Amino acid sequence: MATLLIRGGRIIDPSQDVDRVGDLLLEGKRIVGIDAPCPNPDEVIDARGLIVSPGLIDLHVSLREPGNEEDETIATGTAAALAGGFTSVACMSDTRPVVDNRSEAEFIMIQGERAGNAHVFPLGAVTKNNAGQELAEMGQLVEAGVLAFSDGRTPVANAEIMRRALQYASMWDRPIFNRPQVPELVQNGVMHDGFISTRLGLRGMPAAAEDIMVGRDIALCELTGGRVHLMCISTEGAIDLIRRARERGLRISTEVTPHQLLLTDQVMDTFDSAYKVDPPLRTERHIAACIKGLQDGTIEVICSDHQPHSPEKKQRELDLVPFGIAGLETLLPLCITGLVETGYLTWSQFLSKVTIGPARVLNLNKGTLRTGADADVTLINPDVSWTIDPTQFRSKSRNTPFGGRQVRGRAQMVIVNGQVRYRA
Amino acid sequence: MPVAAAVSASTVKWTRKHLLGLEELSAEEITLILDQAEEFKRLASRGETKLKALSGTVVANLFFENSTRTKTSFSLAAKRLSADTIDFSAGGSSLSKGETFIDTARNIEAMGANQVVVRHSTPGAPLLLSQHVNASILNAGDGTHEHPTQGLLDVFSIRERVGHVKGLTVALVGDILHSRVARSNIWGLTKLGAHVIVCGPATLIPPHIERLGVEVAHNFDSILSRCDCVNLLRIQFERQRSGLFPSITEYSHLFGMNGDRLKKSKSDIVILAPGPINRGVEITPDVADGRNSVILDQVTNGLFIRMACLYLLHQQQNPTAV
Repeated sequence: MATLLIRGGRIIDPSQDVDRVGDLLLEGKRIVGIDAPCPNPDEVIDARGLIVSPGLIDLHVSLREPGNEEDETIATGTAAALAGGFTSVACMSDTRPVVDNRSEAEFIMIQGERAGNAHVFPLGAVTKNNAGQELAEMGQLVEAGVLAFSDGRTPVANAEIMRRALQYASMWDRPIFNRPQVPELVQNGVMHDGFISTRLGLRGMPAAAEDIMVGRDIALCELTGGRVHLMCISTEGAIDLIRRARERGLRISTEVTPHQLLLTDQVMDTFDSAYKVDPPLRTERHIAACIKGLQDGTIEVICSDHQPHSPEKKQRELDLVPFGIAGLETLLPLCITGLVETGYLTWSQFLSKVTIGPARVLNLNKGTLRTGADADVTLINPDVSWTIDPTQFRSKSRNTPFGGRQVRGRAQMVIVNGQVRYRA
Repeated sequence: MPVAAAVSASTVKWTRKHLLGLEELSAEEITLILDQAEEFKRLASRGETKLKALSGTVVANLFFENSTRTKTSFSLAAKRLSADTIDFSAGGSSLSKGETFIDTARNIEAMGANQVVVRHSTPGAPLLLSQHVNASILNAGDGTHEHPTQGLLDVFSIRERVGHVKGLTVALVGDILHSRVARSNIWGLTKLGAHVIVCGPATLIPPHIERLGVEVAHNFDSILSRCDCVNLLRIQFERQRSGLFPSITEYSHLFGMNGDRLKKSKSDIVILAPGPINRGVEITPDVADGRNSVILDQVTNGLFIRMACLYLLHQQQNPTAV
């Protein structure tokens, strides 16, 4: 099998606590190891000045295909993933039709293979049609290759359904990804419930809506022994609850998005629909709690929550605009600029949140440079300064509030299955 | 002649293209509008009801939410200034055919509208429109955000009755949470130096509103003796169904203005209501029709406030126009 030597880069592999200059050898679709002897490699990549990381994994994206190809397709979404440094994405079941049966899951996998960009791991629905009433055919979905279940942005609102889903999914040790939010507390909400929402007259979404659902899911996790992954956490209260639950040994993981860490509800002053996200942008206090959660390991994952929307959907009255940011291509530079360069996280801490952290949630043989792991590698140029320009996105959608923002660092080269699939 | 006479003597100049809310206005700008309205009212009292100021221009009323009085008031104000008017309501329009809000406004603009008066159920909709059309935008109420001309006419009516605004204590009573009138009143009154108390059921007072510089009260009787003015906001019956208060009866018992409460008030207390009023709910008929009430003056003054706003925005866009 062909060998590929990545020479002279700063290899950072949080899974092995490695951070040193060295050579990384790949053979075929596997990683051979760091500084493994190889006198005559078939191909050599000069990685001097670059960071060599396990391929980045985004645990939370929506690819919109099938059903909303005007927003994104699997081909464009995975091209965006590569440009953002990601070698794998886990996509939500909230397509049309919903991924609540084997053939839908297999369609997405086939489209992912055809696109030939990043790996695609479709999540299966928890309930049929994401309706929260009856369990989806999880067994069939597992046989198709589904690694976890989620109803996407729709919370599993009924506690009894969530309880049964956790029990049922535990037969295959698969996690349930739940969007922790009590629906009736956020009805028609467009932003965080607080002083700014009061001033602007915009309907608020209180932090308590998240805290309550997180508390419920922790209790159900304890009751059933199942695995819960809490999606897009944003509140101080929720993070405190998760920290204590993990200390008690419960199998709970969680994730946070870059926009939650970088923006507060103050930006809603502009009434700009690009800032309409769910969970809503909160306040400094909640941001501080998220950063603390990342530092102490309570939050293992940073994800983009990539929600592409075509321009006509975002250029409307705020009430009618769908939630979300197209985030695949901005996560890496935003985190390097906002978390690493500011000193909140070390490089190793940050990279763990987009490599081994998400790999553990999905139980993937990825997110690490250990011998035998899948040969997915991301080379990062940490020094390049550039300006985010949504018109250059590979995603089909441009909805981001970060256009024009000065950032540092970006993916230089992305290797999937031992093949170079992206060069900046 | 009337146009020249209508120019206010104020030293502050109006520089804004749009009127989106009172939050962004200075005390001087608010006073400029009030003075201009006062001038129009003076002219009207002399029989000069038809002015040429906006002759040849088009004012479009774009109402995406029901309104009778505000729309009529804007329409008449535009006609008093000799503008042509287009009235557009969401009901019989192409909105039901799927056209977007912005496209509708662009079409109206393509017919030559110079000023667009917009009412919409979404906060920020007038701002969004101002980013997509060239016409001047006047906010005639955007969801629960602002209703600047209502705020201005309330402040105007208080100033007219009392003679000044600074130092007055004004209570806004009722559903503050869902009220754009409350927000515009808060900005207008506090900027002009009044002390504002918001008073209502705890479920209808939004969080942290005290940070807008207002006092919060839940016991109407306890604040009444301090009030120089009370503005009784309309209570919407559907709020009861959504569980925000138990019954209309209990609401009017706790927060309705009636003869007994009037007796406990200052003798010259000014009673306002943005209307349409629910007689017997926020206010009993004896109070609504009594000598302390300026409710109908508010309607009259609304016309002059809207004339002033249309006039000032037109002047800003056409500085050389006579």
